[in-house]
Amino acid sequence: MEKLLINNTGYEVKEAHIIRTTKMTEQDKLFEVALQYGEILDFEPGQFVEVSLLGVGEAPISICSSPTRRDSFELCVRAVGRMTNALHRLKAGTEIGIRGPFGVGFPVTQMVGHDILMVAGGIGIAPLRSLINYVMENRRDFGRVHILLGCRDPRLMLFGNEIQTWQKRLDIGFNCTVDRADPDWKGNVGLVTALIPGVDIDPENTFAVIVGPPVMYRFVIKELLAKGIAENRIVLSLERHMKCGLGKCGHCQLHDIYCCQDGPVFFYDRIKNMKGAI
Amino acid sequence: MEYVTLQKHLFNDFVESLASRTKVVAPVSKGNNQFSFQEVSRGEQITLNYIPTILPPKKYFMPEYEVLVEYDASQGQKMQPVVEVENLVLFGVHTCDLAGIQCLDVVFGDRPKDLNYLIRKGYVTVIGLECNDYCDDYASCGLMGNFLPRGGYDLFFTDLGEYFMVNVATQRGGNMVEASSFWKEATPENFREFLFLREGKQKIFQPEVPIDRHIIPQMFKEGFEAKVWEEIGNRCLSCANCTNVCPTCYCFDVKDVPNLDFNTGKRIRVWDSCQNEPFAKIASGESFRAQRSDRKRHRFNRKFSYPVRRYNRFFCTGCGRCSRTCMAKIDLKETIAQLALEVGYIKQ
Repeated sequence: MEKLLINNTGYEVKEAHIIRTTKMTEQDKLFEVALQYGEILDFEPGQFVEVSLLGVGEAPISICSSPTRRDSFELCVRAVGRMTNALHRLKAGTEIGIRGPFGVGFPVTQMVGHDILMVAGGIGIAPLRSLINYVMENRRDFGRVHILLGCRDPRLMLFGNEIQTWQKRLDIGFNCTVDRADPDWKGNVGLVTALIPGVDIDPENTFAVIVGPPVMYRFVIKELLAKGIAENRIVLSLERHMKCGLGKCGHCQLHDIYCCQDGPVFFYDRIKNMKGAI
Repeated sequence: MEYVTLQKHLFNDFVESLASRTKVVAPVSKGNNQFSFQEVSRGEQITLNYIPTILPPKKYFMPEYEVLVEYDASQGQKMQPVVEVENLVLFGVHTCDLAGIQCLDVVFGDRPKDLNYLIRKGYVTVIGLECNDYCDDYASCGLMGNFLPRGGYDLFFTDLGEYFMVNVATQRGGNMVEASSFWKEATPENFREFLFLREGKQKIFQPEVPIDRHIIPQMFKEGFEAKVWEEIGNRCLSCANCTNVCPTCYCFDVKDVPNLDFNTGKRIRVWDSCQNEPFAKIASGESFRAQRSDRKRHRFNRKFSYPVRRYNRFFCTGCGRCSRTCMAKIDLKETIAQLALEVGYIKQ
């Protein structure tokens, strides 16, 4: 066997380093990351990267910051497996590897001039935050903007400080609910679906963007359709285990679609008849 | 010089002369009617009349373990992508396996291209070998239309008794022929015998399930909820033998193998299987194909339906390996027939 040294195979990582880590909940940590040599990560809201730790492996993580912030980006990581637990142990200054960005992001250019209803459940707020911040920073490009947020209980709420500022903004509508309240919780209790009928939007002119656990999609989509939003205006992000990110390894395959390359963001009308999609 | 002949008594000399210059792999008997592509140096080591090998020649294009990157984490995240290659003549590839290699070529040549595959592929010379008759009852090359060659080789051998008719398909194949003096130009008599065999094959090889393969994707669409998936799912042991022996299954896992110093190591890809339960599992614990019936249906659709939409070709070559190897005796032909019956494409 002869060993050839090659370049640009798609598997080499960009060197990056952690600028800051912020503990968000018992399980979730926010990593601010910058590429070496001042390189800018050129991405769209809704895209993901493969985070690499040599000797441990890779994990696909959604970018949760807006591309309008150019000198660094943020990743919200829940410690669930070997790789993400290893990431949680890293401190600011540590070098990590980044591959990507991969996939198709939210259709931000198509959404220009339209109203936007964004619905997030649980950790779905992480990828959606990229779009939320993007929309806030380009606020005059869009019509009315609503954000609906649901999570299991207040202790699991991510981006709590930012949520407070969103609540105060006059240029967006914001509502938040938890499945189970604790004594300090003063907001809504119940599922996020219950918030949809009350949102004042013009369905003809609205894009709805949903990110959450698979089980949430069916119920939220039902409400959105009942509200009169067209199937080709409902946008969702499908979580799958993207291993290679290059449309080959098969882990994220959904019928003839590779979520890592053809998604993770899809219009509902494209995937609605694919069994197992949501 | 598109066709030449090689007399059988010169076959051994041909193989020895090839093997003196480069590594040659060919079907070798392992006993118990099992065959394997292995390195050979002499013609008599090769079994010309073999049933599909245990593993398809996929292993030379996409090895079970393949180094993608060598790394050194002692100073940050330094890595060097590599590809391990070897000049190789692959002799005796049946038409089903030629079709399988073409499927892999399509997948790894599709954007984003897979350099490791594409570079390695360039080091392999492929010599095909015609099946004059069925290998056994598991094959479904009649249905899939793979009993005749449809490209994918440098040279193609057809056994015509005393001699081989040899199709020279590429410059590389031509160079092999020109490098030695074993060959004769094909005569009109040779062509007559050759065409006689080919015509006879059209009668021997018929669709093993009485349907037209062009309706198969539609049939799979209509039969997505068919009972046959539940039925074979109940029998499936989730052992992943079928995907391991499949010439077109290319799913893989990417993992790190650290050296003992824990700083350096390799990032490799290894064969993986959609038949394993964790394959489509995500971090939250949700598995998108939790049931064996889901996974069996997925595998069948990945042969007969999804790739037709994505790559405009079937990813079942009809080699029959999955049926031959299945411990639960799940038979591909039976499954297709059962589906066709259930959806109404064939009558009882």
